Amino acid sequence: MIAHSLFFYFFSFIAIISAIMVTASKNTVHSVFFLILDFISISCLFIMIGAEFLGMIMLIVYVGAVAVLFLFVVMMLNVAQQNSELIQKNNKYTHLPIGLIVSLIIFFELIIVIGGWKFKPDIISSNYISINSNITNTHSIGNVLYTDYIHLFQLSGIILLVAMIGAIVLTFKKRSGIKRQSYIEQISREKSTGVSLIDVESNKGVNIDD
Amino acid sequence: MTEIGLGHYLTLGAIIFTIGVIGIFLNRKNLIVILMSIELLLLAVNINLVSFSIFLNDLSGQIFTFFILTVAAAEAAIGLAIIVVYYRNSGTILVEEIDKLKG
Repeated sequence: MIAHSLFFYFFSFIAIISAIMVTASKNTVHSVFFLILDFISISCLFIMIGAEFLGMIMLIVYVGAVAVLFLFVVMMLNVAQQNSELIQKNNKYTHLPIGLIVSLIIFFELIIVIGGWKFKPDIISSNYISINSNITNTHSIGNVLYTDYIHLFQLSGIILLVAMIGAIVLTFKKRSGIKRQSYIEQISREKSTGVSLIDVESNKGVNIDD
Repeated sequence: MTEIGLGHYLTLGAIIFTIGVIGIFLNRKNLIVILMSIELLLLAVNINLVSFSIFLNDLSGQIFTFFILTVAAAEAAIGLAIIVVYYRNSGTILVEEIDKLKG
């Protein structure tokens, strides 16, 4: 039990420090790296309290996909140079007090909810899915996810499809200097627009204009 | 102190949620940091759901965390695509210089 609490405090300390550094660091690339550290420590916490599948999925999805996506966008959009220009230009914090006040009020509300939270053990409704300790976490999630939650599972697949199509449509750019294949233009060519017969006089040659 | 209960995990979630809110409010840099703060908010919600699921012995919280993970990935992809398009159109993604709707 001592080891459990020591690991909890270790990982949560790293998570909180890196979450602060995500918002506080000047360089955006450093922010992305601290975000990765945050996700890794939180997924270690998940694995520690017994949600192994979600911890591993968090590692794969967040660290492997989302954080790399952030890194790519930071790399593409030259933000570091703009940041340094902005910091040199003005360094005033006008809306610091109101932001801090609102954030601290939100924090104290959450803490009050945690402190006063009680539940009756017999009030839990009858259709909850208890965790079976004989089979693994992945096995029990699979048992539930593909049977009871199959429609939500397919709906989340549709959400991912819509996100993919939306990202492609948003960032698609028509460039003018490139010849593209257009079937409607190709099959609607006629003899009059495609071929021209020229009567060539002798010793003159032909002017071919593109 | 040594017994780690539900309250410890909920407090961790509350702290990370508050840091995410602070990151949105006090952002002086670019839009990408705001998207990362939104990811922190979703992470805090995931911590709460997983800890409730474990300590109440109910698997539904982990299933919901799974769906939140999906929506977070989709949101990050769409948000970054919007940022790329905005940068292409206006040449900047700094929060200070995005003031077209200010009137």
